[in-house]
Amino acid sequence: MTSTLSETERLASPPAFQQVSPGRKAKNALATVLVWLSFLIAVAPLVWVLFTVISNGVKRIPYTNWWSQDFGSVLSDEVGGGALHAIIGTLEQGLMCAIISVPLGLLVAVYLVEYGRGTRLARITTFMVDILSGVPSIVAALFIYALWITTLGLPRSGFAVSLALVLLMIPVVVRSAEEMLRIVPDDLREASYALGVPKWKTIMKIVLPTALSGIISGIMMALARVMGETAPLLVLVGYSAYTNWDLFSNNQASLPLLMNNERATNSMEPGSVGFDRIWGAALTLVLIIALINLIATVVSRMVAPKKK
Amino acid sequence: MRPGDRIFKNLTTGAGVFVVALIGLIGVFLIVQAIPALKANELNFLTARTWQTGDPNHLRFGILDLLLVTIYTSLLALIIAMPISLGIALFLTQYAPRRLARPFAYVVDLLAAVPSIIFGLWGILVFAPKLAPIAEWLNKNLGFIPIFGSGNVYPNFQGTIFTAGVVLAVMLLPIITSLSREVFERTPTAQIEGALALGATRWEVIRTTVLPFGKSGYIGASMLGLGRALGETIALTVILYIPAGKTFGWSLNDGGATFASQIAANYAEFNNPRSAGAYIASGLVLFVLTFAVNLAGRSIIGERKAD
Repeated sequence: MTSTLSETERLASPPAFQQVSPGRKAKNALATVLVWLSFLIAVAPLVWVLFTVISNGVKRIPYTNWWSQDFGSVLSDEVGGGALHAIIGTLEQGLMCAIISVPLGLLVAVYLVEYGRGTRLARITTFMVDILSGVPSIVAALFIYALWITTLGLPRSGFAVSLALVLLMIPVVVRSAEEMLRIVPDDLREASYALGVPKWKTIMKIVLPTALSGIISGIMMALARVMGETAPLLVLVGYSAYTNWDLFSNNQASLPLLMNNERATNSMEPGSVGFDRIWGAALTLVLIIALINLIATVVSRMVAPKKK
Repeated sequence: MRPGDRIFKNLTTGAGVFVVALIGLIGVFLIVQAIPALKANELNFLTARTWQTGDPNHLRFGILDLLLVTIYTSLLALIIAMPISLGIALFLTQYAPRRLARPFAYVVDLLAAVPSIIFGLWGILVFAPKLAPIAEWLNKNLGFIPIFGSGNVYPNFQGTIFTAGVVLAVMLLPIITSLSREVFERTPTAQIEGALALGATRWEVIRTTVLPFGKSGYIGASMLGLGRALGETIALTVILYIPAGKTFGWSLNDGGATFASQIAANYAEFNNPRSAGAYIASGLVLFVLTFAVNLAGRSIIGERKAD
């Protein structure tokens, strides 16, 4: 009896692919290991870089004079002073860049989504925005040099840097804003038109506010990216160890420029003044970028459309 | 059309046209500024290897070395970054536990947020000393192969093309990964399930569905990565050691300068327009080079999207 019972319980035929040949198994295992490994390879330098920046950077930034003084009054190899001049420059140049590129980028995105849909010019614009995002920062710097300094005869200044950064920021703003505008449902627009609201007012009052939270986080990411750019600084403005609030004349420091200047002029022995200053500035820059991202997240949560 | 609409439409269209015009303007301004220096150049711009632009009345400069070092460094970075990026993209789309895929992707994207000067300084001050023994070992044991030979900065194994290429590879990972990931994610589920139903292992599923589907996107992404590598400036300025009076000789242990790092390293010469013109001329070549590579990359990815 028992034997017949087990006969009925057994499947009519065993699954065809129950057995995977050892060769295939081995290949699969190898692929799994390699894929995991490549992820770890990517994470390792990130952790290493952050560890380097934080562990070397904390030596300077807990002191108040790091945030309240410049290097104007201390010698290049003297402990003391702070990065205030560079923080001011980074923020001013970044802010000026945002003031120019955000409206411009938003207009382009609105054009692409609302007015240009499917037209030839819109396709060309999208394409050129893509190409612009691949323009090396040093080429952007040379362009502004040729335009601003050689052709117009204006001085090297923090503002010239802002202009070069605009070229780098516009494509990022356009792409992220475009993406956000596209996901605004058409029903919203049509409802507004049906009430007799003009198109431009619909865009300003309905479409943009709906997409605002995503647009803000895109803008902040773009801003954080350009604040770390160094190449335009070298060509378009000189370093100054003194605080300079004036964006339009004289040399002006910023955090990346400060780091590059210390590298070029100071000893890079671990523990030396120059070494500490570089990593102090690097950590400050990373903190500012992290702070901007944090603000972006909070603000975009606040203005996000309420969900039921 | 209401006046408000007309104004708004013209404003936005104008902004679009402006962005289109920007690329043209960049080209025009660079060409105009480069011409006087190119006319005054006493050497052949394309084939000479010297770069002496300190004296504006006797400009002697050629880009051959810059071009070779730029391409060599970028290709090295690409060769290292391409397989790793492929692995990460596959990991994020096919292997990572679904709940963790997003945070993991975010971690890789964080690499892109690190300013490149920080990569440069980390590369030369922290990473290079660790990498030097490997370069030295390769040189000692495989030195008979020209690319591992003693280069022009020997016995310094730190500020070399090898170091620069490896650091650059790290910087390319997030770009190539994020674009490939997007493509791999769109592999039709029916294909994957079909392969699974036939009893394929996970690797076989990837090989027969995900890879063929995403191949062109992955190649396009790598081209865009290459474009980025060609134009990377400050990290290479910081890392690459420029040996005085020596030219590039195909060794990974060579130093040298790329277009971008050469311009950034000599910003002091921008005090007179003639010398600046020489750098602008080399910047123009870099612009054309990155333009071509990005164009190719974008059109490959664009074709994919059109399907």
